[in-house]
Amino acid sequence: MIEIKDLHKSYKVGGSELHVLKGINFNIKEGELVAIMGSSGSGKSTLLNILGILDEADSGDYILDTVPIKKLNETIASRYRNQFLGFVFQSFNLINYKSALDNVAMPLYYQGIKRKERTEIAMRYLEKVGLASHSHHLPNELSGGQKQRVAIARALASNPKVLLADEPTGALDTLTSYEVMELIQGINDEGKTILIVTHEPDIAAMCKRNVVLKDGVIIDDKMVEQVRASSYV
Amino acid sequence: MFNVERWQEIFEAIAKNRMRTFLTGISVASGIFILVILLGAGKGLENGIAKQFERDAEGIIEVWSGTTTKEYKGLNPGRQIQFRDSDYNLSLQKFGDQLDKKASSYNQWNGAVVYGKETGNYQYRGVNPDYQAIENATMVEGRFINENDLKNNEKVGVIGQKIKTDLFKGKSPLGELISINGINFKVVGVFTDPSGEREETRIYLPLTTTQKTYGAGDKISNLFYTLHKKATYDEALAQSNKFSKELEQLLKSKNVIAPDDTGGVGVHNSVEDAKKFYDLNLYIRLFFWWVGICTIIAGVVGVSNIMLIIVKERTKEIGIRKALGASPISIIGMILHESIFITTIAGFVGLLSSLLLLEFVGPYVQSEYFLNPEVDFSIALTTLALLVFAGALAGFFPAYHAAKIKPIVALRDD
Repeated sequence: MIEIKDLHKSYKVGGSELHVLKGINFNIKEGELVAIMGSSGSGKSTLLNILGILDEADSGDYILDTVPIKKLNETIASRYRNQFLGFVFQSFNLINYKSALDNVAMPLYYQGIKRKERTEIAMRYLEKVGLASHSHHLPNELSGGQKQRVAIARALASNPKVLLADEPTGALDTLTSYEVMELIQGINDEGKTILIVTHEPDIAAMCKRNVVLKDGVIIDDKMVEQVRASSYV
Repeated sequence: MFNVERWQEIFEAIAKNRMRTFLTGISVASGIFILVILLGAGKGLENGIAKQFERDAEGIIEVWSGTTTKEYKGLNPGRQIQFRDSDYNLSLQKFGDQLDKKASSYNQWNGAVVYGKETGNYQYRGVNPDYQAIENATMVEGRFINENDLKNNEKVGVIGQKIKTDLFKGKSPLGELISINGINFKVVGVFTDPSGEREETRIYLPLTTTQKTYGAGDKISNLFYTLHKKATYDEALAQSNKFSKELEQLLKSKNVIAPDDTGGVGVHNSVEDAKKFYDLNLYIRLFFWWVGICTIIAGVVGVSNIMLIIVKERTKEIGIRKALGASPISIIGMILHESIFITTIAGFVGLLSSLLLLEFVGPYVQSEYFLNPEVDFSIALTTLALLVFAGALAGFFPAYHAAKIKPIVALRDD
């Protein structure tokens, strides 16, 4: 599903160059649930941004579901994001003046789906994350866990090939984190490929594979025995 | 533009962001409102002043006859030139389309005037109706000489206010008979003249009646003309100088006077006196143009500011939308569509309310120097279009910039 070869990325910080990714190689197969771990500054968020076509690598190859992602213009990049990827952010990034339902429906708007159908699909995904009853609430009327569920529903609404989550539990308390992870595990069980960036070992333990980054290189990549979040809840 | 889905999206954004919509709307509406009111007030002031100085503006060209100083075509110098109706008619024939007001007069200096037991000695003049405008005389009672009087050789007269005080002792003179050099005239009006009492000791009679009654034949003393008003003083001056010169030559050739003779025919051109008016009018217009342009600039800056703030405020939303698959063009389109929609609606509200205000309150704020405040609707519309365009332009660059920002930058937690 995802193939990465010799990926490099550096940023200009002030006058000096900061080499963030120093040759990353790895593949992700369909249906995997991967945790990308590492301390802050290890380059894990940069990697996720490149995978999410939100940022571009300086060199190296990135092939997403047989499509090479390289030197895309903004319009094509946005189309790929819309078709291939679903995002879940640490700070939820819901549009605060739109109801939960409209937030979930947004990727569908950019797919050119008509309003009626949009609403139906969005409602289905809200049901899936257990928030059908909150469909007309605004984000600020929802709890952190609920917001993240809405964000997950939104990420799923366009039926992407890969779900990318950047510290999805970073802003949540432990119990809520596990609830969100339970939902993510459930989605993965249905066959969706999911990547999670996290620095929390207990969250990583709930994935099927852990990739550890340090100073811009992968220092560890292993399959783990998945801990079911439901055992905590 | 006619994408229903986008309209829905925009209406939702507008409806859910009432404060933002309201503030944008208020600033655009008030900008247009102030601008239109200012333009209207400027026009009102211009109208008022134009009315005040209207008569002065019509540089009056006055012609009189004199004595020749040069021999010409076998005729001796020292001839006294006498204008006749034919001179006046010839001038009308030649210059008729340039002329606004025209009049000829036959003047007599000594009129022994008797009313009852009161007597006085006054100047009387035979004139035609336009003469009232030439002299800037205002009727206090009754009317001025009219065309009918001339046609029917009516024995009627219009007296100055001073004569009324002298002879009638406060009684209304209208309909009373006065005798001028032994001939009775009926008083039909009393006038006042801004030039003062001296001119109010005159009696105006119909020209034809005067010529007949006092045996003057077709003699006339003076010719008066005003030309159509011009946009600028320079034009007016040029036109009136040209006219004066041509008129002088016309009368000289008709009365057989040497073209370079400084006597014989005198022409006085008072358009120089009108310079003040033209200057004043120009300054007023310049001033209000300046105020108007400044107001538009202020409006444009205001709208641009709001657009900048809106885009800044929406940077995160734009990042989210881009992450979810919005193309840069759709982002720019959305922001511009929304801003143009709001500024247009708000602009119309401002335009309409200011026009209504001018329409209904305008007539009540008349004063000496303020008359009929009004605004050219097409100018107002142009202004509105300009403001909407400026708003769109001002919104475009930050929107373009925002659409270019990488979503990760926009989404960065700050």
